[in-house]
Amino acid sequence: MLIALMVIVITCAIMFGAVHVSPPDMYLSLKHFFNGQNPANIYEGVFIQLRLPRVLLCAITGAILAVSGVLMQGLFRNPIVEPGLVGTSAGAALGASIVFVMAPAFSLSLKSFMGPLLVPVVAFAGALLATYMVYSLAKNAKRISIMSLLLIGIAVNAVCLSGTGFMSYIARDPQARSITFWNLGTFSGASWQQVFIVGTVAAVIFILALRYAKQLNTLLLGEEEATYLGVNPDKLKRRIMLLNTAMVSVATAFVGVISFMGLIVPHVLRLLIGSDNKKLLPASMILGATLLVLADLCARLLLAPAEVPIGIITSLVGAPVFIILLKRFNLVQHQGGYNA
Amino acid sequence: MLRTANISYRIGKKKILNGITAEFKPGEFNMILGPNGSGKSTFLKIFSGEIQGYEGSVFYNEDNISILKKEELAKYRAVMSQQPELSFPLMVEEVVMMGRYPHFTFSPGAKDEAICREVMEQMNLLAFKERNYLTLSGGEKQRVQYARVLTQIWNRPVSGYRYLFLDEPLTSLDINYQQEFLRIAQAFKKEDTILVAVMHDINLATQYSDKIFFMKEGNLVAHGHPADILSESLLEEVFSIKASIISNPVTHTPLVIYTNAASV
Repeated sequence: MLIALMVIVITCAIMFGAVHVSPPDMYLSLKHFFNGQNPANIYEGVFIQLRLPRVLLCAITGAILAVSGVLMQGLFRNPIVEPGLVGTSAGAALGASIVFVMAPAFSLSLKSFMGPLLVPVVAFAGALLATYMVYSLAKNAKRISIMSLLLIGIAVNAVCLSGTGFMSYIARDPQARSITFWNLGTFSGASWQQVFIVGTVAAVIFILALRYAKQLNTLLLGEEEATYLGVNPDKLKRRIMLLNTAMVSVATAFVGVISFMGLIVPHVLRLLIGSDNKKLLPASMILGATLLVLADLCARLLLAPAEVPIGIITSLVGAPVFIILLKRFNLVQHQGGYNA
Repeated sequence: MLRTANISYRIGKKKILNGITAEFKPGEFNMILGPNGSGKSTFLKIFSGEIQGYEGSVFYNEDNISILKKEELAKYRAVMSQQPELSFPLMVEEVVMMGRYPHFTFSPGAKDEAICREVMEQMNLLAFKERNYLTLSGGEKQRVQYARVLTQIWNRPVSGYRYLFLDEPLTSLDINYQQEFLRIAQAFKKEDTILVAVMHDINLATQYSDKIFFMKEGNLVAHGHPADILSESLLEEVFSIKASIISNPVTHTPLVIYTNAASV
């Protein structure tokens, strides 16, 4: 049922936008594309060069954020965790804003050398660096305490945020706008190259994550029980952190910060199908992809032909939904809150 | 056989365990008793393989625990700890199935399903199997956890022993289930199982155990068959209580009657 929903939403998302693309156009366009011909008209061009990569990138990113939410919540044994918590998004944002402000001033040559990959590469580095900082500061005599990870995550996020804030402060107007847009996430720059990079990373990591589903389930009982069931909790934590950081960094580096996806999707699914990670991980890929494509569709259609940054949509819709879930189902109380 | 040699453990400067040497034999129900803070749970966690960084050695049938692989150990050693909680909702049958996790790679086989069913049936849990674990009462949760622990080592391994360790397993149970838990454990001990339980209730211990280990302040104070070692002076030494020991008219095991708290 979820898969059917995803197919419908993705088809709609491809059809509608500033330019409408009909199914026959899609078919012809794909045919020309695979025959190595150029698109015959503007509709086919929009479809193959803009719409399709955009929707695909969006679906993959949605899946990444949702899966990452499942992994993080399972790891922290805490229902209020989202992927940005360990510094990944804030680090990426700081990296990107530094590029926006500094690059024009210093290194035209660097910019022309790296081209459109400059922002993603630096954002990726920022994401990794911030997450590594959280991780290594939280590490205490080889053991990683979940509580200190959470607290240091908050501190490092604050530092990155103030860095980003400073960058916007000293930025000139167009640069400041770039920073703002990036912090709200956008898929307007989607290209096949990005789809390929993010898609490959996502595919590899999803397969690995599924292999850890069973071990992650044992962590629901706590670290002591996990040990008795033959799992090494410290090793598991390191691996999950690594997978999570890699995929969130890559996605964030290309599309900017998109909040609430990683929080909402796992919760909705927990209410629908329970918390067995073997079911939760695949389901969250599909629902995450569907919801983010839907959000992007809204972002394109609301003020068409202009675009609303997608982060505004996800937060505006996501936050109330989250509050309703909290109130209605008493998530925090029933799920134990902090027992790190 | 399970053997510990000279186990000492400290947290910071505080000594928790002080050179404990003990032997637990198959076919006996071993119970560890002692006042709060005597180190019984810590001792159990050390020979279970959860706590590292202690002095001394733990041997599972002549193999030092440090050379045993955790994944392998989990196939024949199960531990029921105090009050484990779930951080997210799961169905009762999903929790019980976790006991089979060490035995399969991704999806449970027919044998795993059958074992879970059998154990849930024995524990009167079949009616609960699709309930959300988090909505159960304390005692019900404990039965589910016990079922999970039992499924983990339900079948005897091809060679060697099974090890079943219980850390205060009866805390929030009704009396009938307290007896039921101990009877099930007793059934295990007959079949090549090394059985150790940390207990609170002295009279249940004298009724079910073959050997009692009394601990106080990190030391092993006395151990042996309850009828042989239990005395009023020992109870006063370990628990600081005044008690009389009579014979249980039904089971003919020692029965402790508390008379008056000693002025400490």
